[in-house]
Amino acid sequence: MAGNIPQNLKYTKEHEWARSEGNRVVVGVTQHAVEALGDVVFVELPKVGATVTSGKQFGVIESTKAVSELYSPLSGKVVKVNDALSNDPQTINSDPYGAGWIIELEPSDTKELASLMDASAYGDLLKNS
Amino acid sequence: MSRRTPLNEAHRRLGGRMVDFVGWDMPVQYTSVIAEHEAVRNAVGLFDVSHMGEIEFSGPGALETANKLITNDLSKCADGQAVYAGLLNEQGGFVDDVVAYRFSAERILIVVNASNKDKDFAWMKAHAQGVKPVDRSDDYAQIAVQGPKAVGLVQRMTPADLSKVSTYRFTEGPVAGVQCIISRTGYTGEDGFELYCAPGDAEKLWEALLEEGQQDGVKPCGLGARDSLRTEMKYALYGNDIDDHHTALEAGLGWICKLDKAGGFIGRDVLAKQKAEGVKRKLVGFELTGSGIPRHGYPILKDGQRVGEVTSGTMGPSVKKPIGIGYVPTELAAEGSTFDVEIRGRPVSAVVVKTPFLKKS
Repeated sequence: MAGNIPQNLKYTKEHEWARSEGNRVVVGVTQHAVEALGDVVFVELPKVGATVTSGKQFGVIESTKAVSELYSPLSGKVVKVNDALSNDPQTINSDPYGAGWIIELEPSDTKELASLMDASAYGDLLKNS
Repeated sequence: MSRRTPLNEAHRRLGGRMVDFVGWDMPVQYTSVIAEHEAVRNAVGLFDVSHMGEIEFSGPGALETANKLITNDLSKCADGQAVYAGLLNEQGGFVDDVVAYRFSAERILIVVNASNKDKDFAWMKAHAQGVKPVDRSDDYAQIAVQGPKAVGLVQRMTPADLSKVSTYRFTEGPVAGVQCIISRTGYTGEDGFELYCAPGDAEKLWEALLEEGQQDGVKPCGLGARDSLRTEMKYALYGNDIDDHHTALEAGLGWICKLDKAGGFIGRDVLAKQKAEGVKRKLVGFELTGSGIPRHGYPILKDGQRVGEVTSGTMGPSVKKPIGIGYVPTELAAEGSTFDVEIRGRPVSAVVVKTPFLKKS
C-alpha cells in the first residue's frame, strides 16, 4: 500500500521523509512505514546537539510487535527532538507528516537534500517493493 | 506454503494483515493491535484459533491413559469440565501446555499448541499406556469469543443455558445453528468462550458472531492483540515463557502439577525433588522503571552480570506500562526486587511486580 505521499517532501528508501524549512530540515517516517509498523509504542530519540550521518541510524522506533531502526536522511546536527512522542508515540500513527515529526536537523550540506527521492520516485519505490 | 484455517478467506476480506505463524497463514492484526486489545478488554473480540491441535482419547480407559500424560488431574474433574495442564519431559520441562477436556471417562480431548501438535501427538503415542491417541485437529475449527460482552453475545445465539457453564466448564449445542463445543475458557484474562465446530461451519459461525456482535462493538482480533492480552495476564506462551528446559515449578506452574495424584505423571519425581529443595530460578513479571520496552531474548543483568533473560515483553496497552516476563535467580524473584534489562546495549532498570499485571476490579 502506497499510503499518502506529500509532494513537498523528500524521501529515503528506508521510508523516512525530510522537509526543508529555511536552513533546517524536519524528519519523520512515512505513512507507508507507519502502516507497515502498526501501532507505535516507543521512540528512542537522539539528544539535541547530537551529530547524525546520512544513511546512518539516529534512533529506534518500536511498534507493538517490532523494533525498527531510524536512519537519518541527511548529515548534520540535531537541533530539536519531538519530546511529545515520549508520552504519546501513537501521534506518529495518527499524523506521521505533522505532529508525528521526529527530529529537526541543521544539515551540514544542504546539497544532500537533492540526492533524496521526490514524491514520484518514492511512489515508484513503493509500487515496486 | 503456510497452512490455512477455514477462516483464511474471511480474514482477507476483513483486511487482516497475514503473517506466517508457526507454519500457518494467520492475521496478526486487522486494523490496530491496540484497538483490538481494547475491544477485548472493554467489549468483545473474536480470534481464529483453528490452528490449535486437538488430540482425542476415546473408549474404555481413555481417562486413565490421558491422565497419566498430563500434570493436572482429570480424575478429580466432573464430566463437562476442563483443566489447564502440562505435558512434561523426564526432566520436568515442558513438552507443551494444554487444556484437557473431560467429556466422560471414555472421551478426553486435549487441545495443544499449533506449533507443537505433531511433536505432542508423537510423544503421546510413544507414552500412552492403554488407549491410543487420535489426531482430530482437522476435524475442528476454533473461534475464541473474549471480552466482557462475550457471554451475552454467545447467549443470544444459542439455546444452551450458559449461566450453567462456569469457568473451565463446557457444554455442547448449536451457536447460530452451528453445532459447537462451547467452552468457558480463553487466553485473554477476560470472560468468554472458545467455540469448537466443524471446519465447514466455521465461516458461518464467524460471520454470525460478527453480525450479532455489532451491537456489542465486536472486533475481529489478530495474534498481536492475543499476545499483548495474555502478557498482561502473565499467561505463559510456549516457546517463550515455557519450554523443554525450564521446569514447571520454575515457570510458576506448580499449581497445575498434582504431585500426589494416583498414577503420577512424567517428570513428577524431578518436580517433587525440586519442590523439596527449592528452585534456583523463577519466572517473574516485572515493569521497566527506565525508558524502553523489554523484548523476548533481552538479557537480564544484576550488577552488570547477565543473570537471566526476558521471555516475553510488551508495552501493555491496558496497563500502559512496559511490562515483561523472564527467568531470574530465585534471590531476585521477590516482589520489589530490582535488576536491569539490557536494551540495545544499555541497562534499563526494572522491578519485580505482582502478577497478573492487569488488576481487575
